[in-house]
Amino acid sequence: MPKAQLTRRTALQGLAGASTLPLWARYAQAQTSEPIKLGFQVHSTGIGSAYGRWYGRTTEAAVKLINEAGGINGRQVEVIAEDDGTDPKRGAEVLEKFANRHGCDVAFGTLFSHVVIGSAPRAGELKMPYFVVSEGHHVASGMLNRYTLQPGITDVKSQVIAMAPFVADNLAKKITMIFPDFAFGHNHRDFFTEAITAQGGEVLAQIAIPPSETSFTRYFPQIPRETELVYHVMVGPAVLTFVKELGEFFGPSRPEIFGFIDSLEAVDLRSPGLDFLEGTYFWEGMPRYAQPDQSEHDKFYREAVGVDANGASMSDAKDVSTYAHMFGCWETLHIIKDGMESAGYQGPQDRAKLIEAVEAMTDMPESLAHPQGNKVFNGKTHQVFGHQYISRVEDGRMVKLHTTSIEDGLYPDEVDYTTQPF
Amino acid sequence: MEFGPHLLLAVLEGAVTAAVLSLTAAGLSLVFGVMRVVNIAHGEFFMLGAVLAWVLVQVFPGHPAVGFVVALIVAPLIVGSIAAVADLTILKRINYDPERTIVATIGLLYIIQQVTLMTYGPDARAVEAPFNQRLALPWVDWGEGGLQVYYPWGLSTTTYKIAVIGAAGALLCGIWAMMTRTRLGLVMRATQADREMAQAFGIPVERVYAMVFGLGAGLAALAAVLIVPIQQAHYLMGGDPLLLSFIVVIIGGLGSLPGTVLAAVFIGLSDGVISVFFSPTLAKIFATLLVGLVLVFRPQGLFGERPA
Repeated sequence: MPKAQLTRRTALQGLAGASTLPLWARYAQAQTSEPIKLGFQVHSTGIGSAYGRWYGRTTEAAVKLINEAGGINGRQVEVIAEDDGTDPKRGAEVLEKFANRHGCDVAFGTLFSHVVIGSAPRAGELKMPYFVVSEGHHVASGMLNRYTLQPGITDVKSQVIAMAPFVADNLAKKITMIFPDFAFGHNHRDFFTEAITAQGGEVLAQIAIPPSETSFTRYFPQIPRETELVYHVMVGPAVLTFVKELGEFFGPSRPEIFGFIDSLEAVDLRSPGLDFLEGTYFWEGMPRYAQPDQSEHDKFYREAVGVDANGASMSDAKDVSTYAHMFGCWETLHIIKDGMESAGYQGPQDRAKLIEAVEAMTDMPESLAHPQGNKVFNGKTHQVFGHQYISRVEDGRMVKLHTTSIEDGLYPDEVDYTTQPF
Repeated sequence: MEFGPHLLLAVLEGAVTAAVLSLTAAGLSLVFGVMRVVNIAHGEFFMLGAVLAWVLVQVFPGHPAVGFVVALIVAPLIVGSIAAVADLTILKRINYDPERTIVATIGLLYIIQQVTLMTYGPDARAVEAPFNQRLALPWVDWGEGGLQVYYPWGLSTTTYKIAVIGAAGALLCGIWAMMTRTRLGLVMRATQADREMAQAFGIPVERVYAMVFGLGAGLAALAAVLIVPIQQAHYLMGGDPLLLSFIVVIIGGLGSLPGTVLAAVFIGLSDGVISVFFSPTLAKIFATLLVGLVLVFRPQGLFGERPA
């Protein structure tokens, strides 16, 4: 059979093929030099704005670092920030904007649990990987979908399981809980009650307060007299008022107090009216005040984001950071980078590969990418597990007292997202 | 907490709400009474007062009382002037037409709120109280050995909260005296009674309108300056006072100052008591229900006059 027989038909086919060549070659070129677009869903306004401001600064610092080191797969990273107003409905709209208007590769950065719960279904429909930095148990509970992951911050369930033994052994057994009346607060209510009961403790009362509340004294008479420890966690614009009024209510005869630092994130511990917190305990996701045993990674991270040793902005000592949470953005961005690199991510067609690459992650050793400490990721539940810190207020600053182990915060899987189709 | 001390605490908390609410609502009532304008932007003037208080305290550092006293005087003046300018440039141009003023003040609401967001930012900021001492309150109870005085756990208030109640009372007396005892009050009442007749008698009605609108907004701002050391200044804080002021003004009778004050005290105290014993949501439901009942059975409000 003659090998190269040039007929009119094959010639035309060849020509047609050649004529398309410049087009797809240009496309491939564009793919490699165009920036990777990260849609940053940020609480710039609404009740989460203090977190939004610092999540923004942390994200900026992390992306700068990643870009200086050559970006992801040789491509620069571009952050496209959209305000969700800390509102679930707008959250879902923001994800649509990322997908349809901006052509983002992934979305990330949401904190407030109701916004996550409102946005995640849309992320699933848009097939947009959605990396949340929220603490809520909704990811690991199986309530969301395969496109939603939380690899940069631990969830409330793990946090309270890890800390309940410390509270029961060292502080008190008769506890009254005060928490915000939405998904995140309900996580605290359910899982801490469960965990402390398992430790032989007892929750005497559960006081739910709407996160938009501005006046709190009226709720405090519900605290039973025999309470040995008040467990408080509050969010929203009026957290300072909340803690101040708590102090005014108890006066000199306060019980032990254990709070989640959420109640005072972005608030100066030396604000007037907070002296009564001296000797009380806080959970911190990452110690706000630089500790004597500060790691080199914390030091580097702190400086990169622009935070001083007291956890405030280097340029304005009154602008206190949300230090216990915002590391989650930094770590999540490094995980997105690692995931995209091991998946050989080129564009939106590789989104499923990216999720599989992140699901395959397990150990995350403490490093520049993980300054909060080493972690273990569970690919099935899309949730990361790590250390928790318990601090005590001494001389108006928080001093780290106890670090929980990763094992302290483990619980059985409640879902296997990897079995869900893309 | 035992019932008695619990109730006293509820009443004290309610009294603070009532004090601030009566000032805010008096401003709204005055504007409606004299001008027949339903000012939807009233809550934003309240918010502006709180935000300006924070700004002024930053400008005058040192002892917190210095900045606070300046704020107490200057913030209502600034807010009042802004409102007066808004009256002259917007409301006057649309001839105080009832429907169009509602739309115009809704517009004003968003302009003030969003400009505050763009300049002051989305954060809640605290203003330090000029003085704030915790006062443990005693309670008398029939114990084993007869009457006993003791200090129940958790029963307390602060000197500042007491001062807010006192200041609001004094200010309301001042407004009442101004309305009934001064020439200015006479002019306002004349304008309220019959605008055209007042004009015929040489009262500069337009200037009176601008002044009343400024005064109403100034009262809201004053109430906000008083409450801001307790609540913090935030750009979204105007919503609740607006709603509660409307509730109070409808119950009390639009344009009636005594009715407004009485309704404010009633709503404030019931809000305090219901919130403490049941839930704050129930307190809001109760207030809204009351408005419905008043509108059905006594549309002119408790002290309002039936239109002729």
